[in-house]
Amino acid sequence: MPSKSRRITKKILKHELVPEHRILTLEEAAEVLRRYNVKPWNLPQISINDPVIKLLGGKPGDIVEIRRRSPTGGEAVAYRIVVPF
Amino acid sequence: MSMYGNETHVIKGIKFGVLPPHEIIRMAKVTVIRDAIYEADGSPVAGGLRDPHFGAIEPGERCPVCGNTRDTCPGHFGKIDLARPVIVPHYGDALHGILQATCRNCGRILIPTDRIKYLTAIKERLKKRWPKLADTFVEEVKREAAARMECPHCGARQFKIRFIKPFTFYEEHPEGERRLNPIDVRERVEKTIDEDLVLLGVDPKYSRPEWMIITSLPVPPLSVRPSITLETGYRAEDDLTHALAEIVRQNERLKNFLISNAPETMIEDAWLTLQHVVASYIDNELPNTYQLTHRKKRALKTLAQRLKGKEGRLRGNLSGKRVNYSARTVISPDPMISINEVGVPVEIAKILTVPIMVTPYNIEEARKYVLNGPDKWPGATYVYKARNGKKIDLRYIRNHKQLAEGLEVGDIVERHLIDGDIVLFNRQPSLHRMSILGHIVRVMPYKTFRLNPLVCPPYNADFDGDEMNLHVPRLYEAMVEARELLLVEKHILTPRYGGPIIGGRQDYISGAYLLTVKTSLFTEEEVAQILAAAGYKGPLPEPAILKPRKLWTGKQLVSLFLPDDLDFKGKSKINAGNLKCDTEDCFHDSYIVVSGGKLLMGVLDKNAIGAEQPENLLHIIALEYGVTKARILLDTLFKGFIRALEMRGLTIALDDIEIPEEAKEEIRRMVEEYKEKVAQLIRDYEEGRLEVIPGRTPEESLELKIIGLLQELREKAGQVAVAHMDPFNDVFIMARTGARGGEVNITQMAAMLGQQTVRGKRIRRGFRKRTLPHFKENDLSPEARGFVKGNFRDGLRPTEVFFHAAGGREGLVDTAVKTSQSGYMQRRLINALQDLVVSYDGTVKDAWGNIVQFKYGEDGVDPTLSYHGDGVKIDRIIQRVAKKNGGRR
Ligand SMILES: [Mg+2]
Ligand SMILES: [Zn+2]
Ligand SMILES: [Zn+2]
Repeated sequence: MPSKSRRITKKILKHELVPEHRILTLEEAAEVLRRYNVKPWNLPQISINDPVIKLLGGKPGDIVEIRRRSPTGGEAVAYRIVVPF
Repeated sequence: MSMYGNETHVIKGIKFGVLPPHEIIRMAKVTVIRDAIYEADGSPVAGGLRDPHFGAIEPGERCPVCGNTRDTCPGHFGKIDLARPVIVPHYGDALHGILQATCRNCGRILIPTDRIKYLTAIKERLKKRWPKLADTFVEEVKREAAARMECPHCGARQFKIRFIKPFTFYEEHPEGERRLNPIDVRERVEKTIDEDLVLLGVDPKYSRPEWMIITSLPVPPLSVRPSITLETGYRAEDDLTHALAEIVRQNERLKNFLISNAPETMIEDAWLTLQHVVASYIDNELPNTYQLTHRKKRALKTLAQRLKGKEGRLRGNLSGKRVNYSARTVISPDPMISINEVGVPVEIAKILTVPIMVTPYNIEEARKYVLNGPDKWPGATYVYKARNGKKIDLRYIRNHKQLAEGLEVGDIVERHLIDGDIVLFNRQPSLHRMSILGHIVRVMPYKTFRLNPLVCPPYNADFDGDEMNLHVPRLYEAMVEARELLLVEKHILTPRYGGPIIGGRQDYISGAYLLTVKTSLFTEEEVAQILAAAGYKGPLPEPAILKPRKLWTGKQLVSLFLPDDLDFKGKSKINAGNLKCDTEDCFHDSYIVVSGGKLLMGVLDKNAIGAEQPENLLHIIALEYGVTKARILLDTLFKGFIRALEMRGLTIALDDIEIPEEAKEEIRRMVEEYKEKVAQLIRDYEEGRLEVIPGRTPEESLELKIIGLLQELREKAGQVAVAHMDPFNDVFIMARTGARGGEVNITQMAAMLGQQTVRGKRIRRGFRKRTLPHFKENDLSPEARGFVKGNFRDGLRPTEVFFHAAGGREGLVDTAVKTSQSGYMQRRLINALQDLVVSYDGTVKDAWGNIVQFKYGEDGVDPTLSYHGDGVKIDRIIQRVAKKNGGRR
């Protein structure tokens, strides 16, 4: 059950260790699933209790695009599906 | 066709559940009530652990249950009826969860009715798509239920249940703890209803919780616990039988107490003992229980011990099966065979066999094998006749000639291993994919496997007694797969760091250097020798020197083997110290320039031809001209290196590490100088004048400073030694080219060993306040704390030998510890990663199609096809294009 945590502020989004998260629109999400030819449950998951997801207002079933710096690939894109806990 | 008909079924899944009591009773053909196994006359006790109803095992015996003899009787279960129920220890956690989540009075889950419906619906939905999440959800539900201290159904007050592994439960009442015995536990969980159990993650159809507490213990048939007859005629029973006998004994004791109305405490005590022995019968390594032992205190191997661990059923017999068509023997080097080959002793070739189908095209060949028979290589061991499906063992056939003539198309001949067959070759520990490679067979005399020393690096093999395994693929698919995917030359480049893992070491490097060094010139006869060893059959180039004799340089010879349009630039290993050059303008011959396939400048040494040296000459050739070209180079030119080395000779003697008396005098002087410096530090320390390093105690500061000084001393001594040595003596050549040893080794041999350390500190342990009785207590001087001023050439003093051994021991312990730790980590990693696959779209997925990485390595690059990790090397492309355009960019 959700813990009585301290309030999370938008500040964390600017932290250099927090990569860029973006909740995809329904169309974009469908396109991602089509591109990788997978079902939603084959994607990596991210908890709805994740601080960034809470801030962005993600709901279970949403697909989040995460862009992070990569030592090999320059920038790496990953997609995660929001799960209820 | 088969006795079961032709139906085929596909296994969709396996379901595990708890064995229900009615099933146990139905299975049981005998109830064991006596702990004695044999009567005085040697016959099995009826109702004992060898009752005939367990199945027929003696020759000629008929099974009283199924009527079969021992060949066909499958064996039958029995049971022990326990006087009081006991908890199956491994279900303790599950029972604890259920006890905490359900009402102690009415047995319902501690969640209000409408919420049960809601949660169950969520759970069912999750189960379809996120089975793993459904499990965590169940845990959440259990936590919610356990937190409710009043039953929403009947209103009864609840108490916390404390569980002590593996089978003890306490209920925490305000006035004190109360133990729940197995009967209490069973009564509670019996009351749970199926719907509630579903929400708790239990499938009640297959696993009712009350089944986790047993009153009937199944006793496995004798085939599971066979007894062995010793030569002395005594019978030794299996450990399981001993454990079961103990259960029967304790059970009978408890029964007697119950019948005789013994005091309650005695009954409780006997009951607990029964619980313990039943638990140990299932798992003899449980916490908080007594181990069942033999008379001599050896712990019994009970059920769990048969399955667990490295030698257990799973890891020892199922994942790790022993196989046929394999061989193992010592390896020894043979630099004259190809790196793709392996030398196989005839003796082994006559045992390992390959089945060949007889066709019109090979029937004559097949006849030859049959004619030779099993003892003469190349022969055959068996023939399968297509006509009648019979298998003929050639060992027991007198007339091989008749059989050979009678050979027909369609027969299968099991022939000996011959030259050209493909086999898999392996050396443990198999840490990466190059630990098993495909080799082409060369049958040879003597008793060792022969391996080209160039292939040592991928196996991490040497020839100090190493043994290797060999496996013969017997199907065409397997053979083709081995040839196409596993052949040695296909693994010259490793995916580990995208460089060549196969390449020269030791003498290959010395040889390459001595062949290509400026001062080496070869006469026509010598050139012929080297090129013949390398298998070169073309014309000789113009000699570099015509008069007074024709002489060739080694670089000319190397160039004969390089691709015509090869361009390469790079530093040699010897490019250091006095021979350092950063550009092609190098007078020391330490900058390699290959242009148009001609080695123009620079010596070949470790940096050019060494194994595990990314971006060297070999790497570029393998990448740009293909691995086969690289292999041909390894099979030809490298043999030339060895021949050049053999012609000159490479050896070391005491002379090579001898330094002149004046150098020794200089080193002695330096030792005195530094000893005084250390003494000064110690005085400063004792008088409290020592400058303390920030964050360190005075003692630590002193130690660090002393170690620093002594290290400086050893380096200086090394420099003195090196300065006085002939740079072309063989020890020095090996060190400079990277063939073997380095400056440290030369210093240790010629000048001094220097400070010996244990855990990075000067040696301090041993006797009280001193390292050895040769010194006074609290002596901090260098020689009392492991400083060795002697060297290997002149010899060490007794105390120095001791310090050197102490320092050397640490290294041995470290490697022993490291290998076991990294071995375990490797195992865990491989278990976790074994079924990940890189798909055609570049994603990495697990066996269920879950995405693990959206692009392999996040850049999609295959390291074996890249320049040491970079997908493209733009410089080389520009160079090539520029050259094609006649030098214009
Ligand atoms: Mg060895
Ligand atoms: Zn039977
Ligand atoms: Zn209740």
